[in-house]
Amino acid sequence: MNAVLHLASVSRVHGEGATEVHALRSVTFRAHPGELVAVMGPSGSGKSTLLTLAGGLDAPTSGSVWIEGTDLATLDNAGRARMRRTSVGYVFQDFNLIPALTAAENVALPRELDGEKGRIARRLALTALEEVGIVDLADRFPDEMSGGQQQRVAIARAIVGERRLILADEPTGALDTDTGEEILRLLRARCDAGAAGVMVTHEARHAAWADRVVFLRDGVVVDETGADEPEILLAGDRA
Amino acid sequence: MSIRQAMLAILEQGPMYGYQLRAEFEQRTGETWPLNIGQVYTTLTRLERDGLVEVVGHGGADDQADQGERHVSYRATEAGRSEVSEWFATPVPRSQPPRDELAIKLAIAVTIPGVDVATIIQRQRSATMASLQDYTRLKRTGRAATPEEPADLAWSLVLDALVFDAEAEVRWLDHCEARLRRAALDRPPVRRDAPAAAPSEEIVR
Repeated sequence: MNAVLHLASVSRVHGEGATEVHALRSVTFRAHPGELVAVMGPSGSGKSTLLTLAGGLDAPTSGSVWIEGTDLATLDNAGRARMRRTSVGYVFQDFNLIPALTAAENVALPRELDGEKGRIARRLALTALEEVGIVDLADRFPDEMSGGQQQRVAIARAIVGERRLILADEPTGALDTDTGEEILRLLRARCDAGAAGVMVTHEARHAAWADRVVFLRDGVVVDETGADEPEILLAGDRA
Repeated sequence: MSIRQAMLAILEQGPMYGYQLRAEFEQRTGETWPLNIGQVYTTLTRLERDGLVEVVGHGGADDQADQGERHVSYRATEAGRSEVSEWFATPVPRSQPPRDELAIKLAIAVTIPGVDVATIIQRQRSATMASLQDYTRLKRTGRAATPEEPADLAWSLVLDALVFDAEAEVRWLDHCEARLRRAALDRPPVRRDAPAAAPSEEIVR
């Protein structure tokens, strides 16, 4: 079983000379199918940079990022954009839904951008909304929904079309405890169903839903918990 | 410890013998604080001595779990009931914080030259995080995940307490780490005659 996401000795330096900032220093990181990995660290530790690089929204200064066996550096801009639409789903703290589109239209958008016919895209969107338990809200606009419901729409958008890598940046940050747990339950269920999930959070209680917790400090992985499953111990030599 | 009042409160629901009482307690707390049966009977004996429970020859024992060996059932007396009401009506005091081995360990570690406090913090955080993952796993599977009976709900709330405790510990460790780093950055060039660890608050200001 190959890693869905593999960061190989990735470094990212912002700026030059005296103002140089090392956001990540030679970080190696993998997320496998069926696995939810939490990344924890104080602000400035590099956790957001890690997620940005993992999603191909930024390129490393050195090292390489592989998604489903493809080195992102070998893709041109169009190829990377396509990879983001078809393989990677994002969930943000502030939902990032388009206010002028209904829930179903928001979820269908990445599929439509990818050339899917409107009718098929809508059907896929409804399936995804069903999976997150709010298919009855398909025709509502974001401002007609609670925060928890909006985040469910965002998760549906992240998983529509069977994308296998879910990247979540503080997905529960704007939600109360119970609603936040429902969102974690959904992410967890998606990973249990075979996706690889990477979730950045500063809350230990939320990180605890993950199979593995990676601690970042000053751009370096300083520790890791829960990596004792046999298949993960064998991960050393695979891409 | 509140075991005494907890047992009394359970006995208010009806007469029980020791094994039943222990099972009822553990049903609600998920064996987080296991009771040995000797402890249960010792407590019952004391409660009886204090007039808070009384023996009822053979009540409430409709299963034959303990082979009739110690088939003595107890029930709460009127005095016992008012002790339970009193217990529920009174907040648990925080004036005597329970002994916290980790806080003591760090408090000592920061004052002893040559101890790598950062590593202590890091190891503890990983260990506490691993426990937090275990509690969370229990929370999302098993009877706590979909509580059907009041006892299941009780157990899931106990799990929540463990989760919040562990979370607080992780946050406190993060906080200690940040404070120690700041103190190290702000520390003036080492003076040999200075005490090993100056209070960091003063340095920060």
